[in-house]
Amino acid sequence: MSEQSLRWAGNDAWVITWRNLTVWRRVPAYLVFTVVQPTIFTLLFRYVFGGAIPVAVPGGYVNYLLPGVIGQTAAFATMATAISLAIEAQKGVIDRLRVMPIARSAVLLGRLLADGFRMLVTLLVIVAVGYAVGFRFHNGVGGALGMIALAEAFGLALCCVSMFIGLALRQEEAVQAFGLIWLFPLTFVSSAFVPLASMPGWLQAFAVNQPVTHVINALRWMALGDTPLSHNGDNLWLSIVWIVGIIAVFLPLAVRAYRRVS
Amino acid sequence: MSEAAIVVEGLTKTFAGRGRDARPVEALRGIDLSVRRGTVLGVLGPNGAGKTTAVRILTTLLQPTAGRATVEGHDVVRDAAAVRSVIGLAGQSTAIVDELSGRENLEMVGRLHHLGKPGAAARAGELLEQFDLVDAGERMAKTYSGGLLRRLDLAASLVAHPAVLFLDEPTTGLDPRSRLAMWDVIRNLVAGGTTLLLTTQYLDEADELADEIVVIDRGQVIAAGTSEELKGRIGGDVVEFVVPDGSRIAAAVDAVEPLGESRPTVESDSGLVSVRVGARGSEALVETVRRLDAAGISSVGLALRRPSLDDVFLALTGHAADDTSDSEGVSP
Ligand SMILES: Nc1ncnc2c1ncn2[C@@H]1O[C@H](COP(=O)(O)OP(=O)(O)O)[C@@H](O)[C@H]1O
Ligand SMILES: [Mg+2]
Repeated sequence: MSEQSLRWAGNDAWVITWRNLTVWRRVPAYLVFTVVQPTIFTLLFRYVFGGAIPVAVPGGYVNYLLPGVIGQTAAFATMATAISLAIEAQKGVIDRLRVMPIARSAVLLGRLLADGFRMLVTLLVIVAVGYAVGFRFHNGVGGALGMIALAEAFGLALCCVSMFIGLALRQEEAVQAFGLIWLFPLTFVSSAFVPLASMPGWLQAFAVNQPVTHVINALRWMALGDTPLSHNGDNLWLSIVWIVGIIAVFLPLAVRAYRRVS
Repeated sequence: MSEAAIVVEGLTKTFAGRGRDARPVEALRGIDLSVRRGTVLGVLGPNGAGKTTAVRILTTLLQPTAGRATVEGHDVVRDAAAVRSVIGLAGQSTAIVDELSGRENLEMVGRLHHLGKPGAAARAGELLEQFDLVDAGERMAKTYSGGLLRRLDLAASLVAHPAVLFLDEPTTGLDPRSRLAMWDVIRNLVAGGTTLLLTTQYLDEADELADEIVVIDRGQVIAAGTSEELKGRIGGDVVEFVVPDGSRIAAAVDAVEPLGESRPTVESDSGLVSVRVGARGSEALVETVRRLDAAGISSVGLALRRPSLDDVFLALTGHAADDTSDSEGVSP
């Protein structure tokens, strides 16, 4: 690729990113999704279920909970990715963009960048809300930044899954229904809200080995350091392997689905 | 350099078919056409005829199953990028983002065409002016009426000064006034020398805007020529009236026969007399009144009928322009 075409590819991705972020800023419902919903989730789990769930981490349940909400939110934020792309494909917006001589990567890259930024805002809101209700990092600034970075990386990997789903299904309702089918079990049957030991054995077998559990354990480990419930860094390596694997599989699938939109 | 901006030879597209009992759909079955540079080709056909499929292939969005097409000399398959740099598309799909203002939409398109920020802003201003959108330009596109939205979308397709423009049913769904306004806009464009391929379901639209018309039905070209030639083949305008008094019908036919291009036809049950009057519609209408009057024949329901797409189809294929598409699975 020549330097010129690389510059243009950057320009195109940036213009699409700007467009997506502008839409996001101007639609109140999207802001509610990014800010209000995770706030409510945090408060809900903190005060409604928190008392009933005993956990052995310093600072109690709120410290256990927050990395879980972070991980779950990163996953759920990708629903919007799938839905936006499905609508754009359905309405023919993507067709019209493809008739312009723009870089082929622009639409997907612009989506990833904008949604990645949106996700970052959401994650920071959750940390802030968490701080207001008693959450504290116990592993230094590096751990805190590491937690946000890992959540962001995991969210972007799932964005690739969502981009594929949105472009393959191309129907808002279908995408919505399908999104719930895979996101709910993955995030709830994990270590996000309750220790795995409290689940029945057959459920544990799934929960222990699925990526959301690895990621959330790793988030917890970075936020809190070694604790009886987040006792080693293995989860971090496993998380990274999952993230790389998910991107390696689903980014090409999303690109292929994008080429087939017409 | 050839004179043709668009050349299409034997273009075929077969879709794999959707749904459970997926039968392949032959959307295009070997289309040939060409559009001379700086002229307007109207592609006329009913819903499901294959118009959009043809436009999508010509604009590089879809690969043909067989056949060949070039736009400004560039092959739409092998040279897709070159094709994209010389074309504009507007029509059934839209590039407009509801949450951006008209101006922002045009600026965005300009920046995607690598005009740079100032260049894109200047071009947006020009287009808002040209399309009479200056007032609406600062509002979010979601507040636009259907007619405004189509104008903005058309403006967006012109940002990069395309040499060849494709308009896929640009007035479908518009109210009559917006439709006329759209026709004006399109006529101005064409006066500026743009080559235009326009699809439509309306004969009057093709008649109004196109230098040449290609009629397609079920993926095939069934007629081609100028509007005049086409109308010649379908007999042009028709004057119709009903003679309630059955015994006077023959006299009425004799009275108006000189006006017609052929002998008037009579539906004896209803007393409906139809006279094909070619392109001299209104003139013939007045003359009919005069002649019936002079002969002392009273008539009702005197009307001038201009040929519709249905007439074209009836004349060319012997079947009506049936809706075959869109509602897959729901066969009448
Ligand atoms: N992606 C597709 N898959 C299957 N069939 C299609 C597809 N697109 C169009 N068709 C079918 O091809 C035929 C022509 O469609 P189209 O080109 O949209 O017609 P028009 O634009 O003239 O209304 C229709 O029968 C339509 O159902
Ligand atoms: Mg169509």
